Amino acid sequence: MSQTHTASTPAPTAAQVDDPAVHALPGPPLAFTLTGAWDIRALQHRARLLRAELKIAASTSGCHWDLSSVQRLDHIGALLIWHAWDRRRPANVRMRPEHEPFFANLDQPGEAVAAPAFDFTRPARALGRQVIGFFDHTVGIITLLGQMAIDTLRMLRHPTLGPWREVSAGIYRTGTQALAITAGVGFLIGVVLSYLSSEQLKAFGANVFIINILGIGLIRELGPVLCAVLVAGRSGSAITAQLGVMRVTEELDALSVMGIPYTVRLVLPRVIALSITLPLLILWTTTVALIGGALAAEHELGITVSQFLTGLPAAVPAVNLAIGVGKGVVFGALIAVVACHFGLRIQPNTESLGAGTTSSVVASITSVIIADAAFAILFHDVGIALM
Amino acid sequence: MTTSTTSETAARPPIIEVDGLWTQFGDHVVHRDLNLRVQPGEVMSLVGGSGSGKTTLLRQMLGLEKPTRGGIKVFGIPLQNTPREMVRRIRRRWGVLFQEGALYSALTVFDNIALPLRELRVFDEDYIHDMVMLKLDMVDIERRHAWKNPSDLSGGMVKRIALARALVLEPELIFLDEPTAGLDPDRSESFVNLIRSLREKLGLTVVMVSHDLDTIVALSHRIAVLAEQRVLVYGPLAEVIKVDHPFVQNFFLGERGQRAMSGVAAPPT
Repeated sequence: MSQTHTASTPAPTAAQVDDPAVHALPGPPLAFTLTGAWDIRALQHRARLLRAELKIAASTSGCHWDLSSVQRLDHIGALLIWHAWDRRRPANVRMRPEHEPFFANLDQPGEAVAAPAFDFTRPARALGRQVIGFFDHTVGIITLLGQMAIDTLRMLRHPTLGPWREVSAGIYRTGTQALAITAGVGFLIGVVLSYLSSEQLKAFGANVFIINILGIGLIRELGPVLCAVLVAGRSGSAITAQLGVMRVTEELDALSVMGIPYTVRLVLPRVIALSITLPLLILWTTTVALIGGALAAEHELGITVSQFLTGLPAAVPAVNLAIGVGKGVVFGALIAVVACHFGLRIQPNTESLGAGTTSSVVASITSVIIADAAFAILFHDVGIALM
Repeated sequence: MTTSTTSETAARPPIIEVDGLWTQFGDHVVHRDLNLRVQPGEVMSLVGGSGSGKTTLLRQMLGLEKPTRGGIKVFGIPLQNTPREMVRRIRRRWGVLFQEGALYSALTVFDNIALPLRELRVFDEDYIHDMVMLKLDMVDIERRHAWKNPSDLSGGMVKRIALARALVLEPELIFLDEPTAGLDPDRSESFVNLIRSLREKLGLTVVMVSHDLDTIVALSHRIAVLAEQRVLVYGPLAEVIKVDHPFVQNFFLGERGQRAMSGVAAPPT
């Protein structure tokens, strides 16, 4: 360390370094002596106090400064003293020659660069950016869909070149591995729905209508939407994060330069896989939910499970099953396309990865609900049995 | 200048002491009873073939990984079985330059450098601003880059800013992981010069892992060659190249090595 080279004062060893302090020597002229270690280790705990002391000292005009008893100095200490001097070196300062460089750097004024000031047009510009961002997303999704249409056509012409292994892997990841969680959630929802409806139906003595309510509600509406929301949270976020990390690590670029279009290798298999697994998951979830509902109905209303099952075909026309499954195909494709779209737009930094995954899940759930509303309008007079 | 000669530092306690270090991954032994001392004020380079455990040793010195057996002391304090608060205090006395810079991508250049200072919760923003600008000057980065995001910067600039961040708490010891990897020869040379001048100015102790012979030759006081699960040889360049071991001979005296060493008249004092 630098102290060992001073000839005039005895070299302080590590053991005898004092705490930083400001001493006033009565004048005239008034002199301030700084002693001890003025480095970050020592200043960490005393910076506030010392700054106040220095400020008082510096407010006396024409005083002398003696820094030659400072045992250690670093940039942090020098800057603290420099600030007290109001960023100008006073006339009468004594210090060790090896401490001079710490102040020499400060003496050179660099151009002052301040943080960008608050901009009052920012809210307006933020709104504009969001509108433009929305159109940007729309164009992006349409482009992705178009690219996928082209890829699908090429794949139909050369079916052996299709990404079938990836599709199979996708079905396993998004379907098989999701069986437990969807069943669990479906069963509970079935039980809860059945209990709540039973209370109302009992009041009207319309116990038998539990079959209609659960049948239509679960098969046509709740099963598909519930399952889609679960899959959007589970598989949609995974797809976005996977593609996002591939963007960050330049794996997407590596695929491109090998002449392998990533829409064929990465996007298409995920869309195909999800539009196969989601309808199957919907059938599975709905079945489990109906079982849960039937069990609760037996407990609450005394309708046996066999009664429930015999009544079901009469209450729920078979076309509802087709509507539910059809929704599944559309929802699955929607979730996968939205997730891929957000994944491909992720910028190579951590914040973008987090924000992209969040907005992907929000956007896919929103689009699923919008699509569900469209289905409700389109099929409003199909499959409702009138008593 | 604060450059210390070897005779002067020999009397002072070493900054890093590695004693009887064993590292084992399953059945695979990486370090077998490894010993190493780093003297204050010196630049120590860790050299070794791939898989020789350089990076593992560096991470163990940083307390990021735990050795299977044996201990590492930094500033005389063991990193293992020490209260966490004590280890944290040690960590504030060193700076680390990671290979890819490891700048926080969500923060601007300014906020990256200011982060360690702000974490102390002692200094006000005005003060931090001046300190950050001072450090930017130190690593020759223009002040106008302060508000950029790390993703908008070139690799060389990222390294310089990472160095500024490593230096912001005025460390006594600095670890450099492949400081010149990924830089073009020109940038690499100017980065080496920057490290050298900062080291002389601030009296830093440097522990460096590098593959780049030019960097090693230009900066090191001592070189530790890791091979055969131990420190094969530890000493100044002139001593190291006398060792008759295939790795040493290939690394320092191959065609590439000859070129690097002829370019430099004498190793640094």
